[in-house]
Amino acid sequence: MSLLEIKNLTVEFKTAHGGFRAVDAVDLTIDEGEVVAIVGESGSGKSVAMLALMGLLPWTATVTADRMAFDGRELLGMAAAKRRQIIGKDIAMIFQEPMTSLNPCFTVGFQIKEVLRRHLSLTRHERGRRAVELLGQVGIPAPESRLSNFPHQLSGGMNQRVMIAMMIACNPRVLVADEPTTALDVTIQAQILELLLMLQRERGMALVLITHDMGVVAETAQRVVVHYAGQQVERQPVKGLFRYPRHPYTSALLKALPERSHDRRLPSIPGVVPGQLDRPGGCLFNPRCVWATDKCRTVEPPRHDGGVGGALCHYPLDEQGEPTGREAEAIS
Amino acid sequence: MNGVPVIQAAGLSRHYEVRRTFFGSAGTVRALNDATFTLSAGQTLAVVGESGCGKSTLARLVTLIERPTAGQLKIGGIEVDLASAGERRALRRTVQIVFQDPYGSLNPRHKIGAILEEPLKINTDLSASERRERALEMMARVGLRPEHHQRYPHMFSGGQRQRIAIARALMLNPRIVVLDEPVSALDVSIQAQVLNLLADLQEEFDLAYLFISHDLSVVRHIADEVIVMYLGSAVEHGNRAQIFSDPRHPYTQALLSATPMADPERQRHRIRLSGELPSPFNPPSGCTFHPRCPYADERCTRELPEMRDAGGGTMAACHGIEEDRVPHIAA
Repeated sequence: MSLLEIKNLTVEFKTAHGGFRAVDAVDLTIDEGEVVAIVGESGSGKSVAMLALMGLLPWTATVTADRMAFDGRELLGMAAAKRRQIIGKDIAMIFQEPMTSLNPCFTVGFQIKEVLRRHLSLTRHERGRRAVELLGQVGIPAPESRLSNFPHQLSGGMNQRVMIAMMIACNPRVLVADEPTTALDVTIQAQILELLLMLQRERGMALVLITHDMGVVAETAQRVVVHYAGQQVERQPVKGLFRYPRHPYTSALLKALPERSHDRRLPSIPGVVPGQLDRPGGCLFNPRCVWATDKCRTVEPPRHDGGVGGALCHYPLDEQGEPTGREAEAIS
Repeated sequence: MNGVPVIQAAGLSRHYEVRRTFFGSAGTVRALNDATFTLSAGQTLAVVGESGCGKSTLARLVTLIERPTAGQLKIGGIEVDLASAGERRALRRTVQIVFQDPYGSLNPRHKIGAILEEPLKINTDLSASERRERALEMMARVGLRPEHHQRYPHMFSGGQRQRIAIARALMLNPRIVVLDEPVSALDVSIQAQVLNLLADLQEEFDLAYLFISHDLSVVRHIADEVIVMYLGSAVEHGNRAQIFSDPRHPYTQALLSATPMADPERQRHRIRLSGELPSPFNPPSGCTFHPRCPYADERCTRELPEMRDAGGGTMAACHGIEEDRVPHIAA
């Protein structure tokens, strides 16, 4: 049994123009000690899927799933009070902007102790001691004196460390990090990623890393899920994904990275991610795909299991980066 | 006319007088110290560094938004400090800027047409129909459709807005464009489109780019020359190939090593910097990088290093390189 198991998760928002499907049939299973990266561009539904897991979406969202279980317990349909005992304790989440996710009106010490008070039965004194210990673990120098600081007195990197301290306070078994380093400078980003991976290894946590940065994915993840317009278009172990991308979108995304190109002109992907009102028929990627055929424009692509990276595509790419199955179809 | 110098900066500095508390004594923030460089037509000079390193201050000086407190800046051969008001106005037309955030830099109440025509309205005496024609021409050039002329900024995606911002910067046929993190707010697939557009425009109009960025993989792609800055001062300056293949300054080495690369099978030497960027109010003594530098010794805490030849045509400000304390690393 996996630690976290999500099957066929769909999130729809009610909007003035009708329903909008932000997350479409997403699966995710993760075991203890695994690092899975969810990568995609803005609007690809990667954050929304995880917010649905945490139960943090507003009432306009309709969340449905065949299964959304943590440690064998079904989360959807669980009583809110009961779910809150798991969320924040066993499953914790770190957000992108440390400056806006901490409350500016309270000291960081208070905010860390609040988590401990909610979820653990410690005395006041023990909570204080644990808070100092946690700040020390995330590498904040002189933790005793930092407890009484407000978020504005700390730098962005330090605030992100405080967020991480809060999230690991109750020894979570799954940690979801939503773009944890996007707002930080490069050298600080390296420190924070290293800290997250160190904590993950030491505690055997499962880490779900949401990011748009392929470099971060390559250096941290074991498995990768690629999102496009709310769908998972590819799922692969990290080495396979970078060596042999199977979905045309993944392949084009990797080619568009400046560091992988030797030409002055980058092989860019034309067009933009479809929004609510301009969803194409068939495969959602077809207007931007170089390989698209009439079938791609009309028929929704199947999910390939096994060898081809679970690609959601009619013609997943082979190891030479060429689409497969097109010739066979042309003959028949 | 490749190779004609369009910006020559010598010892350019900008210091700010600030009062930290109402009754406290005034202090000086040295936002930019002693920047010296030359930028030629058709070339791209990239300035890289983390927040607070002075790269945006440099942009403000080059675009004549602020005056330097010391040093000399020549644009198109004219010394800016000695220029008359009329000459300064003319100079401003030759230097334009594109900002990082395409959501914040376009007026939401103006149509795209009005945004693009405004520079012409202020700086030229073209008629309304001529202005419109110029705007449509430029829109076609950057990949916008004619019907976009009548639309508002909110109707565009981030990448299209950045195209609008670039079109606006080019309306007055500038010779220099300052690009202040132009692609860091964009998704990868859109980023590639905008970088390609910038490369095309540079070739077509022989533009000189001052490209400000913290993203080394973008800089590696677009730059001809690179300046690495730390806390207001340049620490290394050289051509792109040299800096990326054999970085000499310990900070450049650390920055390169900290940049994640999209290749999971790459093994490399890691340098992890400890500590945070120091406060610019209270910079460390001697070399400002010494508290985070793995090779620092006593001299570094005392004496400010000067830019010196570090081999291979790069200049670096480091005592360690001179005394051979800093090893070469393969990036």
